Amino acid sequence: MQSQATYNYKVVRQFAVMTVIWGIVGMLVGVIIAAQLVWPDLNVHEWLSYGRLRPLHTNAVIFAFGGCALFATSYFAVQRTSHAPLFAPALAAFTFWGWQLVIVLAAVSLPLGMTSGKEYAELEWPIDILITLVWVSYAVVFFGTIVKRKVAHIYVANWFFGGFILTVAVLHLVNSAAVPVTLFKSYSAYAGVQDAMVQWWYGHNAVGFFLTAGFLGMMYYFVPKQAGRPIYSYRLSVVHFWALIFTYMWAGPHHLHYTALPDWTQSVGMIFSLILLAPSWGGMINGIMTLSGAWHKLRDDPILKFMITSLSFYGMSTFEGPMMSIKTVNALSHYTDWTVGHVHSGALGWVAMISIGSIYYLLPRLFGRPEMASKKLIEIHFWVATIGVVLYIASMWIAGVMQGLMWRATNPDGTLTYSFVESVKATYPFWTIRLLGGLLFLSGMFIMAYNMFLTMASGKAVDAPVLEPAAAH
Amino acid sequence: MDINDLRSLFTVLAFIAFIGIVWWAYSDRRKATYEQAAMLPLDDDSEFVPSEPQVTKNQERKSS
Repeated sequence: MQSQATYNYKVVRQFAVMTVIWGIVGMLVGVIIAAQLVWPDLNVHEWLSYGRLRPLHTNAVIFAFGGCALFATSYFAVQRTSHAPLFAPALAAFTFWGWQLVIVLAAVSLPLGMTSGKEYAELEWPIDILITLVWVSYAVVFFGTIVKRKVAHIYVANWFFGGFILTVAVLHLVNSAAVPVTLFKSYSAYAGVQDAMVQWWYGHNAVGFFLTAGFLGMMYYFVPKQAGRPIYSYRLSVVHFWALIFTYMWAGPHHLHYTALPDWTQSVGMIFSLILLAPSWGGMINGIMTLSGAWHKLRDDPILKFMITSLSFYGMSTFEGPMMSIKTVNALSHYTDWTVGHVHSGALGWVAMISIGSIYYLLPRLFGRPEMASKKLIEIHFWVATIGVVLYIASMWIAGVMQGLMWRATNPDGTLTYSFVESVKATYPFWTIRLLGGLLFLSGMFIMAYNMFLTMASGKAVDAPVLEPAAAH
Repeated sequence: MDINDLRSLFTVLAFIAFIGIVWWAYSDRRKATYEQAAMLPLDDDSEFVPSEPQVTKNQERKSS
């Protein structure tokens, strides 16, 4: 019947290429602000000052790099596992151009100092409305494709992608509710501790759904593909999905330990954060054990190395997270660089590495090549990136614990042993090591971009035909 | 019965629902479906230059 129809690879191609480009931009800004901490003189202009660039860095790596990776991989996986081309291709094109516009607007407005002041939701209200339009279109395209599917079952990766899309829509709408004052300024619809709780309900679920569920969707499709084996346990994947859905929503209060938030709410947040260890590790084991009986593939497949290493970092950071949510541990870790290290163990180790692996899988298939132009360069990228992450998180662990201990140290007469600036001074060497780690990770992205352009130059854009399930012929 | 009893009740119901999902996912009836479902991403080999439409193992048609 429709055997001439092809999958919509165009939008996947666009998002995949932009993933690499925005990855470089976002991580470059990260390297700049890391350097500013070591050499404060680098704060040359208010537009390029640490306070303005830091939200630009987080927005660029999460929503531009991570977002483009999620769009590319979800559009690819949902078409192939549904045996159907994307629903509403014009709307899919709109999600690409709309999302790029959001990113450009963020890159302009944040350095200019336009911000709503909410972490990871700094963009002002007109951009929030554009995000909403793009996101609703994304949901229509994604779920429309699922409705069009030619197989009975909805593959588990699509459950994770779908859960991520729905939840992020709800989070964005609730947390970004604001009263506009001018075109460039608005105030939150909530006040006081409620505002803080809404913000961290959003903030933690941005981690739990944008940065976890979506990337787990990636894991459930691309790890089996690259390994050439089905997922270790499909039943576990179903339980994994529902366990995450049931628990993540309640973990947000751990960002507000020892604040004006009621004590019992803090405890609830802590308990749910501890429970989260179980589904997180269940998912990690499910991904890694997919290689069970085929471990030799890790030896000479750098893409698989990226994927399995990302799962190891996922396991590490989802062990560390619940531990840090325990109030007494948090009393030491909160507001220190330990948190920064934890975030980057998740963001660089897990999110970036599973994305990089998946994009390496996608690129040759989107450009009609059997594989990436240089396998050797993928291998180099892997080692540069891994060493970069390890330097980054190890230095931040040490810095964070040191800061926490210095801040709480008291003399016998009850006065503080150290002034704050002494802890800043003591942190310099670790910030330098962190800068080196970030620089290595960024270099890896340049290697990837070079490899990508080589692959694109020697190939040409192709769209694979839609596969009909057997009964159609 | 005040609103907090309802909240407690909801928590208990959510927990029971979750246990139900685990029990359902691990029941023998789901085994065959899941084994087929796990093959979904692997059953399409057209990713580079496909010669002809492939016959997939997942042929459960929704309709028609």
